[in-house]
Amino acid sequence: MNILTVRGLDAFVGGQQILQGVTFDVAATGVTALLGRNGVGKTTTLKAVLGLVRRRGEVMLGGRRIDEERTHRIVTRGVGYVPEDREVFARLTVAENLQLAARTDRSRYAIVDQLFPELRSRARQLAGTLSGGQQQMLALARALLNDNRLLLVDEPTKGLAPRVVGEVADALAVAARQVPVLLVEQDLRVVARLAHDVVVMAEGRVVHTGRAAELLADTSLVQQLLGVHREVPAGERGSDSAPGAPGPGATSAVARSR
Amino acid sequence: MTARRWRPALLLAGIVLLALLPLLQVSVPGVLPGPTSTAGTLQLLAVCLLVGALALTYQLLFGLAGLLSFGHALYFAVGCYVFAIALNTWQLAIGPAALLTLAIGTLTALLVGAVSLRVRGISFAMVTLAFAQAGSLLVYRNFGGYTGGEEGLGLTSANLPGSLVGVVNTENLYWTALAIAVLVYVAVAWLSRTHAGRMMAAVRENDLRVQVIGVRPYMVRLIAFVTAGALATLVGMGYVLVNSGASPQVTTSNFTLSLLVMVVLGGVGARWGALLGGVLYTLLDQRLAVLASSPQITSLPGVLRVPLSQPMFLLGSLFVLVVLFLPGGLAGAIGRLAHGTEPLPAPPGGHATKGAADQASIAST
Amino acid sequence: MSTVVLLAMTGLGLGGLYFLVASGLSLIYGLMRVLNFAHGAFLTVGAYVGYQVGTHVGTASSWPVFALMLVVGTATAALFALLTELLLVRRLYEREIEQVLVTVGVGIGAVALVNGIWGADSLSFPAPGWMSGTTGLLGAQIPNDRLVLIATAACVLGGLLAFLRWTRHGLIIRAGVENRAMVTALGIDVRRSFTVVFVIGGALAGLGGVLAALYNGSVAPGMGDSLLIFAFIVVVIGGLGSIAGSAVAALVVALLQQFTNYYAVSGLGDFTVVLALAVVLLVRPRGLFRQTA
Repeated sequence: MNILTVRGLDAFVGGQQILQGVTFDVAATGVTALLGRNGVGKTTTLKAVLGLVRRRGEVMLGGRRIDEERTHRIVTRGVGYVPEDREVFARLTVAENLQLAARTDRSRYAIVDQLFPELRSRARQLAGTLSGGQQQMLALARALLNDNRLLLVDEPTKGLAPRVVGEVADALAVAARQVPVLLVEQDLRVVARLAHDVVVMAEGRVVHTGRAAELLADTSLVQQLLGVHREVPAGERGSDSAPGAPGPGATSAVARSR
Repeated sequence: MTARRWRPALLLAGIVLLALLPLLQVSVPGVLPGPTSTAGTLQLLAVCLLVGALALTYQLLFGLAGLLSFGHALYFAVGCYVFAIALNTWQLAIGPAALLTLAIGTLTALLVGAVSLRVRGISFAMVTLAFAQAGSLLVYRNFGGYTGGEEGLGLTSANLPGSLVGVVNTENLYWTALAIAVLVYVAVAWLSRTHAGRMMAAVRENDLRVQVIGVRPYMVRLIAFVTAGALATLVGMGYVLVNSGASPQVTTSNFTLSLLVMVVLGGVGARWGALLGGVLYTLLDQRLAVLASSPQITSLPGVLRVPLSQPMFLLGSLFVLVVLFLPGGLAGAIGRLAHGTEPLPAPPGGHATKGAADQASIAST
Repeated sequence: MSTVVLLAMTGLGLGGLYFLVASGLSLIYGLMRVLNFAHGAFLTVGAYVGYQVGTHVGTASSWPVFALMLVVGTATAALFALLTELLLVRRLYEREIEQVLVTVGVGIGAVALVNGIWGADSLSFPAPGWMSGTTGLLGAQIPNDRLVLIATAACVLGGLLAFLRWTRHGLIIRAGVENRAMVTALGIDVRRSFTVVFVIGGALAGLGGVLAALYNGSVAPGMGDSLLIFAFIVVVIGGLGSIAGSAVAALVVALLQQFTNYYAVSGLGDFTVVLALAVVLLVRPRGLFRQTA
């Protein structure tokens, strides 16, 4: 049974229609990657599921319709959100950021402390003074704090140094063992490592769904659907790997185990 | 569709009818103090026309160009006070006084607009409020003794043409007011059809739409601001003639707020809505006190009598109801009833304010 | 020297009054993005209800009655704010211009009602005799009502900061002022905080109203208007959404006003303050404290 079912989702931002009849499923286990070029509507899709933008269509979480509900209601049904650009509260401390996110008394601070020891040591630091990578960890921790049934994660590795990309991927891998994740990601090596299924979008529609491994192995299809893929910023990695087949340099960063 | 074609003819007929009113004996008991040939009624109607015209200038600013200004009363006040001062203190004849006032009003609008339009949204509203408040302070504090402070400034008739002085000439004043109102209406209607006017409407929704064709949104807004201000000055001059003086109340932010009420009440998207709002507002304001002392009202229990005898309470409540349930204002509601057409647009920003938060996410789709 | 002390203390008192009115406005705008034009009406209603209590209950000008006036005035204004938010502002969620418009309507209507019930003339405000006395401080005689204002404003400032810092609701409000959408994305119903903030604002306005009546010695239907303008100026200069900013800005504005009015031309102080607003807005559109994004 799928944890998330989306049928015919339209979404509007600032009077313009961004999504046209988006339809896909997210499996109840593992990571489903949402891919596509810039501007196709990946972030809007996540926001539409959460009700953060004006939408119509059918969205079901664990068999129950959530497309008419308000955002906070949807979230309390067990959806964790890690937005693009992290959106931590800069003028609150790390501890306050987490406190705000905790929905119940049984929040899983223990797990969060274990996964993100650095956050623990910076509990009283203002979140706005954290580095990009630390903020990403905080954003992730916020989502992992609660007993969620689904995580929506939007480009968690964007703008991060390669070592940090690896750490983020590690954390996501741990999380994904317990909670299904819908992951928007541009970095295909992260996708290759984490994702079981893929949903590819273009111009506000879904144009391809299937197994991640199969898509990534098909270089011409990847080229066609995703254009020039972006990996680590130039200069950090060599020209290496054909997409989907990480070269020796890439493996060590991405596949490093804890 | 047919309504559109008939509109110029209807307008013309309306103007002719209004012009003929002083010669007719039309009576609307309860609403008008007497038949339309009497001075009292003509005075009231003149004020209605001028306030309606002023509301129209605000509609140009807010409805067409989407600029929420809290300081529009300033230019109207300039029209009132500078004109009065020019006639009284500087002893100018009416022609030069009018030209001078118009020039000063336009210049003020240009300066304030040039400065205020550098910021947008709430900041813009606050800056315009600040400037208008400064003007209001100047008037109330009576610096140099020019403005008469709280008591206002009466108009001495020495320099006015005889035809505009005295109760017996009220119909001339009425026609002057009518002429000004018609002029303002024609100016605003014409402007909204020109290229500049269409730019203003475009810029109201989205700066990008005009930037892509190489037009600077700042200039478009400035033109709207200055035009609205200049027209307001013109209306102010008429107002001080009709009322034989200027009162400091017109410099207050409350007065600009009442303009806002008139325009939204009448319907932000429609020119005649602004006129309707202005006329309705003035009638209620002026006539309700009389109505309130009628036996039907005085016999009511206090709980009903007190609210009903306060025009501002009725206007405020009506306004709240309109904002909640009739986004197109009264004009919109009437339009729907008459033609079954689509509702007129809601105040600008209805989509834009929601969209503004979402705009940030457009780039990240 | 004693003149300076006197001016400074009366300036502090006035600043306290501005702060009381502006802090609520600032929170309301910071969280809800609504310019609450009904705030002046909340203030006026609080003052008049206080007046009514003061003139109809027990011995006028006694301390217990004054305390009652404060409490009832504040509570009434809070209730008024609650009703306004629940019945009107809430219905226009996401339509911010219309929310502002609705508060304009409420403000106009409420003041008119006050006008109808109590009349347009200003009425003398009853207060304990001690209020019109003075206390010696640093060589100057400070009117006692100014001291009450300063003390009240200081307590409110402390209370607000504590509320924001130490309570969950305060945490939500601080976060909401920064990023409202993200707060809802954490599963929090931010609309409930809207009501809380609006009611707090109303209560503070009511308190400010009673104290403004004390400061002026009278109530009048138009008392909210001029105070509201100054409150807006303070809010904008101090940074929309910032309590600390409002406090500092309130002090700056009040002191500037007092000193300029005295040492330059009377009336110039008000003018200067208004010009200061224009300058601040043009140089730093977000206010001096840049709180909100």
